Amino acid sequence: MKRHVTHLFTALCALACLVMVAGTASAADRLKVGFVYVSPIGDAGWTFQHDLGRREMEKNLAGRVETRYVEKVPEGPEAERVIRDLAKSGYDLIFTTSFGYMNPTLKVAKMFPGKYFEHATGYKLAKNVGTYMCRFYEGRYLSGIIAGRMSRTNQLGYVAAFPIPEVIRGINAFTLGARSVNPEARVKVIWVNSWFDPGKEREAAETLISQGADVITHHTDSTAPVLTAEEKGVYAIAYHSDMSKYGPRAQLTAVMHLYGKFYTDTARAVLNHTWKPKAVWSGIREGSIRLAPISPVVPEEVVALVEKTTKSIADGSFHPFHGPIRDQAGKVVVADGKTMSDRELLQMNYYVDGVLGSIPR
Amino acid sequence: MNGHLLLEILVAAIGAGTPFVYAALGELVTEKSGVLNLGVEGMMLVGAICGFIGMAKTGSLLVAVLAGMGAGMAMALIFGVLTLTLMANQVASGLALTIFGVGLSAFLGLTYTSIALPGVPALPIPWLSDIPVLGPLLFSHDILIYGSILLYAAISGFLYRTRAGLILRGLGEAPESAHALGYNVIGIRYLAVLFGGAMAGLAGVYLSVAYTPMWVEGMTAGRGWVSLALVVFATWRPSRVMLGAYLFGGITILQFHIQGFGIDIPSQLLSMLPYLATIAVLVLISRNRQTIRLHSPASLGIPYHPQS
Repeated sequence: MKRHVTHLFTALCALACLVMVAGTASAADRLKVGFVYVSPIGDAGWTFQHDLGRREMEKNLAGRVETRYVEKVPEGPEAERVIRDLAKSGYDLIFTTSFGYMNPTLKVAKMFPGKYFEHATGYKLAKNVGTYMCRFYEGRYLSGIIAGRMSRTNQLGYVAAFPIPEVIRGINAFTLGARSVNPEARVKVIWVNSWFDPGKEREAAETLISQGADVITHHTDSTAPVLTAEEKGVYAIAYHSDMSKYGPRAQLTAVMHLYGKFYTDTARAVLNHTWKPKAVWSGIREGSIRLAPISPVVPEEVVALVEKTTKSIADGSFHPFHGPIRDQAGKVVVADGKTMSDRELLQMNYYVDGVLGSIPR
Repeated sequence: MNGHLLLEILVAAIGAGTPFVYAALGELVTEKSGVLNLGVEGMMLVGAICGFIGMAKTGSLLVAVLAGMGAGMAMALIFGVLTLTLMANQVASGLALTIFGVGLSAFLGLTYTSIALPGVPALPIPWLSDIPVLGPLLFSHDILIYGSILLYAAISGFLYRTRAGLILRGLGEAPESAHALGYNVIGIRYLAVLFGGAMAGLAGVYLSVAYTPMWVEGMTAGRGWVSLALVVFATWRPSRVMLGAYLFGGITILQFHIQGFGIDIPSQLLSMLPYLATIAVLVLISRNRQTIRLHSPASLGIPYHPQS
């Protein structure tokens, strides 16, 4: 009897080993992809959009990838630890989705030359580090067209976080879009000096509204500006995500950034061994920037114009920063017939004509 | 700047100052009893999420307020047990309470980030709200703002006009003497701590249910810390707490207006302005050493145990 038991035990052990070997074999076929997020995923906003992209990639490459994400990773030394942990625990492709992860990503990438890293919004490449970001300004321009046409007071309000080129580029593109259809339109900017502070964002939006703005947009992370617009009965253009459920009457549209295709393509490139370090800057053409469904209060002809402009941006026949463009002082910054280069776009540090106030320095 | 705009700034200042009023008045009562609770930010956050859940589940503001106050009190109770019964260090326990509250509120709010609330409607008081200037300034707010003003009246009356208030203040000055006179020092301090928690919770409810009707992690964004500072700079006087709270709110709103008008002052400097101006004003009006000594609770932050 005892012998039988021993046999049974041995057999079970063998079986277990077999299962384990099979298990590792199937896992080895899969690409393990890690994501590092700077804030909680939540329901709208920067990280939410990245997580949508992650989920889309998982669906597109079902069975070939497995993913893991770490939320709320502060920029700095803590980020380096998280990225290193992911690399150490077998994640071959790691997306780090905030600007402040740049140096930690590069440092870890050096330690793990066999792994692949993609850093969002950064500007430093390495042998195994690529960068990616979206041409938000394309969506800003389109939403500016809608705002310019829907405003009655010709005053548009912009709640902005920090005066860095990225944000300034959005303000300028929005202004150019608005003034392409309404030369009277002016854009008022209020800086809240925070990416995320719902109270302050609300107060800034409220201020803009009481100073006469009747369309509010924002380059901050919470839904507060849209909520405030809804409460005060003015229009809003949301950023990052569709926020129509927070402002069903207020939201005209939202400028959304989508990463699903980029994440899928990148993971596929790693799976096919064709990955190369690149600085990807993708927009409407690549499907990285899209407007949320436009509110039914926007007249049909405006929607048609937005659609037409979307198409010409996608096929390259139109660029939002196409001359002549003047700065606030009236100086021509982009000559007639010229288009701003990517380099110039990335360094933008002035307001175009039509923005009120000056950039804090 | 026309009168209409000035009025709008003042009205907005009251809205912006209200969370500080609740949290700082609550903390003032706690500190008057001689206990320093640095956990305001944490209690505020837990109050905010619990009030939000209450509102989302039942749609009743009363439930939201009770849930938020209850949650704030539960948090304060933890602090009370640690510092009053177990004699732990108040500063360390308060800091721990804030860190705990930040995490707990994020956890409790996990599934509530996607919900939008209708907000709290303004409740103009008939007749009074028709008075020019004063009407919109004082009598056209939502019920939580009226509540904060009533709270101020109640606390000033309680502290300086009632025997219970005198005992509470005495406790903060000299717990040994109060004990010798037969008062239950620890029991009264518990009540003061719980009251502070309830008010911090209510401040959170105001933020998550009325001011920006939504829940997001860390939505108080440091308002608990500002409230704590207000109490100190107001030298533990309710009227100055009110002044400080509205001043802080008002200058926050004003600096946005300055930006909106395109006045050429760096916005980074402007965002320091509420802090600078509030500290400057409160320090200036309370610079008399005698009165500071008179109003600051002498036993603040010092553990007291009747047996020792």
